[in-house]
Order: sequence, then structure tokens, then C-alpha cells
Amino acid sequence: MSCSEAFQAYALRAIGIGERLLPRADITFCEQVVLIGSGMLWNLYFAVIAVAAGFCLATFLALGKASPQPWLHLPSRGFIYLFRGTPLFLQFFFAYELLVLLPREGVEIPLGLTTITAETRWLTRAWAGALLVLILNTTAYSAEIFYGALRAVPKGDIEAAASIGLAGRKRFLRIVWPTMLRLAWPSYTNEAIFLFHATALVFFASFGAWRQQGDALYYANYFAEKTFNPFIAYPIVAGYFILATLAIIALFGLANRRLNRHLAPEARPRMRLRPQLMR
Amino acid sequence: MFGFCADPASLEGSRWLACYLTTPKHMAFYVSFGTVLLLLALAAPLALAFGFAGAFAKRAGFAPVRWLGTGYVAMVRGVPDIVFFLFVPIAMDQGLEWMRHKILCPEVTEPIRRGNDFVVCQAAKLPLGEAPQWVHDAYGFTLALIAYAVVFGAFAANVLDGALRAVPKGQIEAGAAIGLSPGRITRRIVLPQMWVYALPGLSNLWMILIKATPLLFLLGVEDVVYWARELGGLKTQAYDYPHPDWRAWYFAGLLVFYLFLTWISQAGFDRLIVRVSRGMPNAGAGSGAAA
Repeated sequence: MSCSEAFQAYALRAIGIGERLLPRADITFCEQVVLIGSGMLWNLYFAVIAVAAGFCLATFLALGKASPQPWLHLPSRGFIYLFRGTPLFLQFFFAYELLVLLPREGVEIPLGLTTITAETRWLTRAWAGALLVLILNTTAYSAEIFYGALRAVPKGDIEAAASIGLAGRKRFLRIVWPTMLRLAWPSYTNEAIFLFHATALVFFASFGAWRQQGDALYYANYFAEKTFNPFIAYPIVAGYFILATLAIIALFGLANRRLNRHLAPEARPRMRLRPQLMR
Repeated sequence: MFGFCADPASLEGSRWLACYLTTPKHMAFYVSFGTVLLLLALAAPLALAFGFAGAFAKRAGFAPVRWLGTGYVAMVRGVPDIVFFLFVPIAMDQGLEWMRHKILCPEVTEPIRRGNDFVVCQAAKLPLGEAPQWVHDAYGFTLALIAYAVVFGAFAANVLDGALRAVPKGQIEAGAAIGLSPGRITRRIVLPQMWVYALPGLSNLWMILIKATPLLFLLGVEDVVYWARELGGLKTQAYDYPHPDWRAWYFAGLLVFYLFLTWISQAGFDRLIVRVSRGMPNAGAGSGAAA
């Protein structure tokens, strides 16, 4: 199979478009690159949605942890501690086992006059179940970063805002939140990279691939098993991840520039890539 | 375990539970917690050794060694470590078998890679086919251990490199001024002070190492995750102790174990940071909170 044929057949295979059968014999390098690349679509899907949702939730969670009210403060702290103190890998397993325990025919939710039946089966599939775990996990890690930044917002800024009559929501949205983001951004970039790499774990987390529509590692593993040669498939995955990491750094770097556009160039915090680490 | 466990079918309530939790398989489950702790105990110093080697190689005057160190640290950046965990053991296994094949069976002329197969002669197999089970287990564990050491060694090299740089220049110049040799400056001045700067990063790494241990399961070691899945799964009436699918409970137990492990480590590191920062008013405390 030539490279262009492989591209046509497998470029969108991971989302069910194209050739139905995976390559079996005489596997070419192009087929591996294309199919693993199509699996990266799933990694992208997990990462983009989890980062977007986690960003919003983490802001609230960080506020909750910083709140003086114990009924807000304690649960937020507990949530962050729970998700940061345990391996993501086990969180996947645990969530999967919990989700399969849900009754198969759905959960009846009484709503006064009528009852609606909530379908639960879709939750055990990777696109929903694994995504849920990733969202909760990144929420906890991001919230801890935001919480640290929230406490580092200069007192003078808040006092200045109060002195010109800004209060409540307005003060938060105009003064506290932008400063918090600005302070948190370099760490948050690392968190986004971690999360992207964590999507590689989805493959191992019991959530099965449906009709052989899997993520990058699913196909890499498939090729490694079919060819007994890990020296091609895994380096391809690694290459894709390096590209994605560079893209994240570029994207978040642009956001960093925008967040700090009011500062003199020397005063802007520089983005420093820390090595990505498992969790 | 207990005398009354002879006939599981007749047991009820707490006695059933007592017998259930002390079956030989559960004992293997409890031992596997020891496997995790053993891995932590062995991987941490090994990774630290790799880290020191990497950090000093990165600072070496001899260019090829420096490139090697820089390349090693850069290698694990940007790539998910899980890829390394899958790759290092297989690559090492195949590499070792390939070398043994070349040495032990020179008479076999057929290629090792036959299309899609990796074939070595019987004598070159690792471990040998007739070796007892524990040798297979130990071999798998060792390969996993080396994978952890390689990956975490690169992270540690990064932390240690930064810490070595953080030692104030004046201290090193002062050492040179009183006539210490470069080796002694490293041993007597740089290394003792480096720990304050390295500890926040290393404590972070230790936490991450703890949270990476369930990946042993992916490497085929019978660890806590393996046993939790094995024991928690649905047991029909054909088993001595039938029960429904309890895997969620077993995993909940594992989560508690890991929470405890990270909590106790955090407490330990907090005390250690106070200890190594003695006499150093400005270092350690502030950066410790940030890590």
C-alpha cells in the first residue's frame, strides 16, 4: 500500500471513517505513521476538553479552597488532596469499576410527576468515562496551581481596587482573576502538558476501544504486537507527543504574552518547561 | 488460616470475612504491597545514582560526555514516560537475548528477526525456559526497576543539575582561595549545600515515583493492581468464597493505601527540609512550599 493510499484509508480510522480492517500483513511504515496519527485525534479530544473544562472548574475550586467558609473550604481541600494524592492510573480503574456498577438498564430519576430514565451505559466508554476522570484530575491539579497564585496576588492591587470603589464580582473579574492567571500561567502550561501526556494512560485503563477505534497507544500497541517490533511504533508515538508538546508550548506562550502585555518585556515571567512527570 | 475456615460454605458474617481475607491468594495480595514498597526502596537510590551520573555528565569538561548527559536528560522531556516504561523493558529484554544468542549459539546462522518474529536459541532465552517461577518474577521485576531508574534518573539529573548550579559562586571561589582541589570543592562544599536546593524538587519526584508504582502492572509484574483485579472480580459458586464484583472496593482500598503513602511522605519531607535548612536562613523554606 502506498503512502497516499494509506493516508486515504486510515487518516480518520480512529473516528470510524475509512478502511474498516486494520492492516494485518506487510505493515508499512506509512501505515503505522498514519494510523497512529489518527489515534492522536482521540488524545487531542481528551486533552482539549479536559483542559477547557478543568480550567473553569479549577477556578471555582481554587476560590473554594481560599474561602474562609469551612463548608466551602474543607470539601475543596479534600477533593484536591484526594486527586493529587493518588495515582491517576488507579483513579481510572476505580472510576471504571464504579461506573460499571451502575445498573445497566439506567437510573430512574423521579421528577415529581414523571420519572426519567438516565442512560448509564455510555459512561463506561472511554470517550465519556475516561474523559470524566481526566477532567476531575486536571481540575484538582490546576486548582492547586490557581490557589497558590490566588494567595500570591499582591495585597496592594486589591486595596487599590477597593479604594476606587471596585468590589465583589467586579473586583474579582477585573483585578484578582487576571493577576491570578498571569501568576499561574507558567505552571499551568506545564499542567496542560502533563495532562496531554496523561491521555496516553487512557489506553491502559480498562475503558475498551469500540470497533478498534482507539487512541495513539492503542494502535502503537497493535503494531508492536503484530510486528514484534517496538522500535518503530513507540518512537512514532513519541514523535507525535513531542510535536503536540511543542504546539502546546507555542499556544500557551502566546496566551502568556497577552496576559503580560502591560508589563515591560524584562519584567515578564519567562515560560520554563519542566520535564513532564507522571502522576 | 483459622481453624473454623475448613468449610467456607457454612460460614456467616464476620467469620466468613475473616476467612475470606486470609486465603492464600489474599496473602499474596498483601505481599504485593511489599513489592511496591520494595520497588520504591530500590528505585529511589538507583534513580538518584542515575541522576548524579547524568548531572555530572552534563557538567563534564569532556564534550562527548557532556553531550551524553544532555541527551539523556533531554530524552525523557517531551515524551510521555509511559512510552519509556513500555519501551525500555522490551528493548532491554531483546537486547540481552540478542547478545546471549550471539555468544552462546554462534552455530545458529538463521537471522534473529524473521519477518515479524524475534527468535533466539533456547540457551539464550532469558530467563531460561526451565528456570523456576520466582526467577521469572525477579527478572520481570528487575527490568521494571531499571525502567523506573532510567526515567526517574533523568528527572533527578535535571533537579540535581539545577541544585548544583544554585550553590553560590562565592562559596566555590572561597574553596579555591584556600587551596582546595576541584574534587574536594565538589565533595566538601558543593554537595553538602546542594541538598537544600535539591530537596523540594526531589520530594516532588518521590511523590511522583509513588504515584507511578501502579504502572508495574503494565510491565507484567504481579503487583497490587494485578491482585485487586484478580481478587475483586466476580466469583461464582464454583469458588470457595463466592461474591459479586467487588473490584471497586479493592481499588478504593488501594487509593487509601496511596493516600496514606503520599501523606506520610509529605510529613517526612517537611521535617527533612527543616533539618537541611539549618544554618541557611534564606534557602529551602520558601522554595519548599512552591514545589
